[in-house]
Amino acid sequence: MNIGTVIQSGIKEIGAHWFRSALTMFGVICGVASLVTMASFVKGKENLLRESLAQTGGLEKITLESEDDLPDYQKHLEGEAKGVTLKDVYALQNGAPLVHTVTPIVNKRYPRVSRRGKGTRVSSLLGTWPSAVELLEHEIEHGRMFNMMEDHLGNNVCVIGTEVRNSLFGEYDEQGQPINPVGEKILINYLPFTIVGMFKEYMSDEDRKKKNEAIARGETISRRNPFSRFRGGDRNARRTQYIYYQKNSTVMVPLNTLVSKLDSSYETGSAMDRKLSEVTMKIHDVSLMSPSLQQVRNVVMRTHKGLEDFEFETQEEFADDINLAIHNERVSGMFIAGICLLVGGIGIVNIMLSSISERVREIGIRKSIGATTLDIFTQIITESVVLAMAGGILGLIVSPILVNTLAGFAEDTTPPVMTSMAMMVAFGFSVLTGSLAGLFPAIKAAKLDPIQALRYD
Amino acid sequence: MALLELRDIHKTYHLGGETIRALDGVTLDIDPGEFISIIGPSGSGKSTLMHILGCLDSPTSGTLKLDGTMIHDASARQLATIRNKKIGFVFQFFNLLPKLTVRQNVELPMVYSGASNKERRERAMDALRLVNMEDRSKHRPSQLSGGQQQRTAIARALVNDPRIIFADEPTGNLDSNTGEMILQMFDKLQQEGRTVMLVTHDPEIAAVTPRRIEIRDGKIANEIDPKLAGDAPRFEQVSSREAETTP
Ligand SMILES: Nc1ncnc2c1ncn2[C@@H]1O[C@H](COP(=O)(O)OP(=O)(O)O)[C@@H](O)[C@H]1O
Ligand SMILES: [Mg+2]
Repeated sequence: MNIGTVIQSGIKEIGAHWFRSALTMFGVICGVASLVTMASFVKGKENLLRESLAQTGGLEKITLESEDDLPDYQKHLEGEAKGVTLKDVYALQNGAPLVHTVTPIVNKRYPRVSRRGKGTRVSSLLGTWPSAVELLEHEIEHGRMFNMMEDHLGNNVCVIGTEVRNSLFGEYDEQGQPINPVGEKILINYLPFTIVGMFKEYMSDEDRKKKNEAIARGETISRRNPFSRFRGGDRNARRTQYIYYQKNSTVMVPLNTLVSKLDSSYETGSAMDRKLSEVTMKIHDVSLMSPSLQQVRNVVMRTHKGLEDFEFETQEEFADDINLAIHNERVSGMFIAGICLLVGGIGIVNIMLSSISERVREIGIRKSIGATTLDIFTQIITESVVLAMAGGILGLIVSPILVNTLAGFAEDTTPPVMTSMAMMVAFGFSVLTGSLAGLFPAIKAAKLDPIQALRYD
Repeated sequence: MALLELRDIHKTYHLGGETIRALDGVTLDIDPGEFISIIGPSGSGKSTLMHILGCLDSPTSGTLKLDGTMIHDASARQLATIRNKKIGFVFQFFNLLPKLTVRQNVELPMVYSGASNKERRERAMDALRLVNMEDRSKHRPSQLSGGQQQRTAIARALVNDPRIIFADEPTGNLDSNTGEMILQMFDKLQQEGRTVMLVTHDPEIAAVTPRRIEIRDGKIANEIDPKLAGDAPRFEQVSSREAETTP
């Protein structure tokens, strides 16, 4: 018996009881739609979290920080502890080939930045080297990064993020063009600085899309860009929004300038011995994380003469957090979708069983004219699979509507991302449900004794 | 060689501790081209015998050889193929599939034997022409009279050109004129060289066939075979009395 004929008659059988079939399909539709919806939201979240990991330097970034609390056996040497210094930076540049872009950073919290009496506090002011641009995944939109010469001379130059520009200059000029603040003077903690560069505006693809649409509609004259603001919504979404906001609020000045002119807490003395907030670097190969950390540790132990007044921070924890969050959401989503499909499957079993008991005579007739057990089995299982597949297709049609509706209801959650992979998997599950659900009725039908079936009056 | 060779067939059913001997030692040979009727009162085992002959049912003991094949050794799959290719059934209640058209019903045996769409259509129309139903090919069984339904069923039984056609009370649900026409159709088929077996409780119907086998309580009680010297009068007597007592 050829499979085309079987599928055709399966479709006909379903069509003959279309209302009953539609009710039966409902469970599968729900299952497939919820699977796709769940996967889309989780994928959206995952993309955003991974994006924010990349925005903060990626997994390759490792940070060496000063640690005031020494291990117990070194407590008596606390007076000797100088923390992380430029000595470490030079030592690492020469002695740790597994890392690159070793960059010193002094982080000054909540400095006041102002211009013509209009001021704001940015979350952090970084005194660093030009390599910080590459290290912290920045891109210059206007002007340039300061250079090592300016660091050497301790010049009052700075590079700012777009949020700082927005606060001090506004985002757009009277013509609706974005303002380029390069060359302007601002005050940082009441000291004049010249802006030599501005970073590009960082935001998620989704926000960029929304913003471009808003611009296309002509809504350009807003003092602040509402899309890069840190908004409500779920925890992970907030976290990501916050990362963009923070990145856009950056102010960078040369390390030397910050240390010598802006930070009163720094004692005089050898520049080499000045305590840094952190030394940040990248490793060449993420798979060599632990040997790289070991190498850095060996080098730093030598410059610190064995004093453990430093510690490492990697982004692995963040990455683990991401994986765990995604895993948890996936499991709970799969659970719900699985239950829907189970209910759908039971519906199919039910309808197929009642269908074959209505068709005992038909099965007997088919057997009497030469249908084999396998033919009958194939017929019933095909009907069941066709039913489930129809449900699956309808589910796939419904799911974008469901995803968009839900995304509309919860404006502040991460935007869902529908993938063809998720749709294929969901459809595959519907087919699987259909085959499993059809199994028992098909075996039952195939086993029917033709004589009994024909006697059935 | 006989087309069908039945040797000491027994079929017993067990119903709540009671043993029912539906067939109790039947031995029978059927030659190609024969026109036979199985006659006997209701419950005598006629249908059971026909089911076993038609490879729909298997005996409790005894052997059946069809066209040289020992049916005892055949797998369920082989039995299905035998039913499909070598046997045609016609039933009292027509047993057409109500959702299919007349032509699709007739095509059904070829669906399982794997003929192409075109061949199926052509052969179905040929078979319908044989029973004068070609102009009704697009109708559904519910739109047909009993006689037309039975003719469709005959076309379906013929379509794979079987070695033997079994008809279980084929006129049982028809008025006498229509029944007469159906019987004439079987007669014509037999004259064209086919082997036909009628199963009936009605001696008038059995009278159509040259060879008659009477079953009582699962045994062959009497047999008229034109090949042998027969005693027709006694047979007629017995069965007409019997016929009055059966519904
Ligand atoms: N599945 C079954 N279970 C029990 N008894 C059966 C079954 N099928 C047939 N019989 C019995 O076998 C006997 C012969 O039945 P059947 O061949 O249908 O008779 P007929 O066709 O001559 O009327 C009857 O007594 C009937 O009740
Ligand atoms: Mg009977």
